[in-house]
Amino acid sequence: MPITDQEIKELEEKAHQVRKDIIDITGWAGGAHVGGALSVVEILVILYFKYLNIEPNNPELENRDRVVLSKGHAGVCHAAILARKGYFDFELLREFNHFKSSFGMHLDSLKVKGVDVSTGSLGHGLPISVGLALGARVQKKSWLTYCVLGDGECNEGSNWEAAMSAHHFKVTNMVTFVDRNKLMIDGPTEEIMGLEPFADKWKAFGWLVREINGHSFQEIAEAIEYARSENSAPVMIIANTVKGKGVDFMENEVKWHYGGLDTDLIEKAKQSIDRMYKG
Amino acid sequence: MREGLTWTVYDADALTLAEVYGEVLCQLGERYLNIVGLSADLAKSTKISKFGDKFPERFFNVGIAEQNMFGIAAGLAKSGLIPFVSTMAAFISMRAAEQVRTDICYQNLNVKIIATHAGTAFGQAGSTHHCTEDLAIMRSFANMTVVVPADGIETGNVVAASVEHPGPVYIRIGRGFEPTFYENADYGFQIGKSVEVKEGADITLICCGITVRQAVEAAKLLQEQDGLSVRVLNMHTIKPLDEDAVLRAIEETRRIITFEDHNIYCGLGSAVADVIAASGKGCAFSKVGIPDCYSLVGYPEDLYSHYKLDTDGIIEKAREVMGKEFEEDEDWEDEI
Repeated sequence: MPITDQEIKELEEKAHQVRKDIIDITGWAGGAHVGGALSVVEILVILYFKYLNIEPNNPELENRDRVVLSKGHAGVCHAAILARKGYFDFELLREFNHFKSSFGMHLDSLKVKGVDVSTGSLGHGLPISVGLALGARVQKKSWLTYCVLGDGECNEGSNWEAAMSAHHFKVTNMVTFVDRNKLMIDGPTEEIMGLEPFADKWKAFGWLVREINGHSFQEIAEAIEYARSENSAPVMIIANTVKGKGVDFMENEVKWHYGGLDTDLIEKAKQSIDRMYKG
Repeated sequence: MREGLTWTVYDADALTLAEVYGEVLCQLGERYLNIVGLSADLAKSTKISKFGDKFPERFFNVGIAEQNMFGIAAGLAKSGLIPFVSTMAAFISMRAAEQVRTDICYQNLNVKIIATHAGTAFGQAGSTHHCTEDLAIMRSFANMTVVVPADGIETGNVVAASVEHPGPVYIRIGRGFEPTFYENADYGFQIGKSVEVKEGADITLICCGITVRQAVEAAKLLQEQDGLSVRVLNMHTIKPLDEDAVLRAIEETRRIITFEDHNIYCGLGSAVADVIAASGKGCAFSKVGIPDCYSLVGYPEDLYSHYKLDTDGIIEKAREVMGKEFEEDEDWEDEI
């Protein structure tokens, strides 16, 4: 089912809200992985507000689709979306990172409703997603697994072990993204540990690859529709994004991989986000 | 729980320790449709291939990729299945340690791990394939249950019990060629509860794995030659440890030695030492296992002899500890 203009308009409104939520939570938390949280907004928003078969009032629904946020450091974005989706009260996020809070910067599946898998250590999400997808197959279940990787974490060899196995086991009930924001903590991915030719690497491992603008709901929707209908091989959606997207002083800035925000910066960040959506 | 299982009729002398668990897993697989199996190109060596041959649609050989294997196991468990994962102990506890800890234990997932070739059981292969660190690593992971069965019969018992024991379980066995100790499976095996395999009042030998059989032989000889009454505990569960049995051994025998095919840091011996130290009681004590070194190459029986884990070594160590001094005082209150 293709996406409509009205749906895109509504998703843009959600994304606008979530971007400002990320800024608020980063302020409450005393610091967060704000850059990578802002780059993955559209991917997670379209999943939670269009595609996932989920029931927020029944988080353990057996036949729900599963989401594995392998780039678990984007927990502030994930938490904001889960709250806006209705899994828990948004106000609880004021405690983010605080003593004994259920919400740490990498979300814990045993503490946060709606989180299917605890992530945070990089290179773990794709193997777990392959396991979830195989689990659905063994049990003849129709639910899908959605996995979201960061690009920097693709340095980890475990991803390529999983890539090999997804192809070998013909895992096609899984939709996988890489948030290709091209920056990691120490600098640009191509300077720290080059990933290119990135698409060719996945293709060489037997995957089908789509490269898209990861901030375009239209393009993300088309890629998801393609991945869901493709039954011959696993599909990788390389979503080209901008780290810090929406906040002018953070965009493409390595130093905003992680940071804290005082009242002044929170205000400036929100103004920048508002300008993005006005334009 | 084991109703319907017929594996006890298998001739344990004809089946190696690992093969027994393969048979048990096959029978469990018939009853529990949610059991799946995984290995990393060691399906044949670990005997989990028996399960794979019988239930090919429920078995995944992931190739030589242990990190991926434990990630996949976590995902399978998250989907509602009970994965049994088998490969060599060294590659589970070290290569894939973080996946076992973070993907499985942190989320308290129902993954059962059968770690083969543990300790120096694959002695000829050298230190790359020995694993004298896994008990230390695994018992430090919260939520993990750690069991070291004494033989193939007990391995069958542990595998069967683990299905209905919630959360991750690490089952540590040798290469599979070790002789059997138990004659049948009906001795009341229970995870977390040690078995007093020989009564005694002068000294307690606390053992796990291959040392149980050796210690019972040693205890008989010590009785004959030295007139000693030697208690032997099969402390098959390293975590949670049967602390009551250790406390009884302190009070009733006041001399304890631990024997394990593992380094003497943070394995069975250290777990027992923690209980002794916290008890506040005087007790002669010694830990026997692999010292702080990379174990020698050799056939397992030669290594067990070298590291004092065979009958002769156990007798020697028992005599040493019988000569040790400690505060002999019948008034326990004075010692606290």
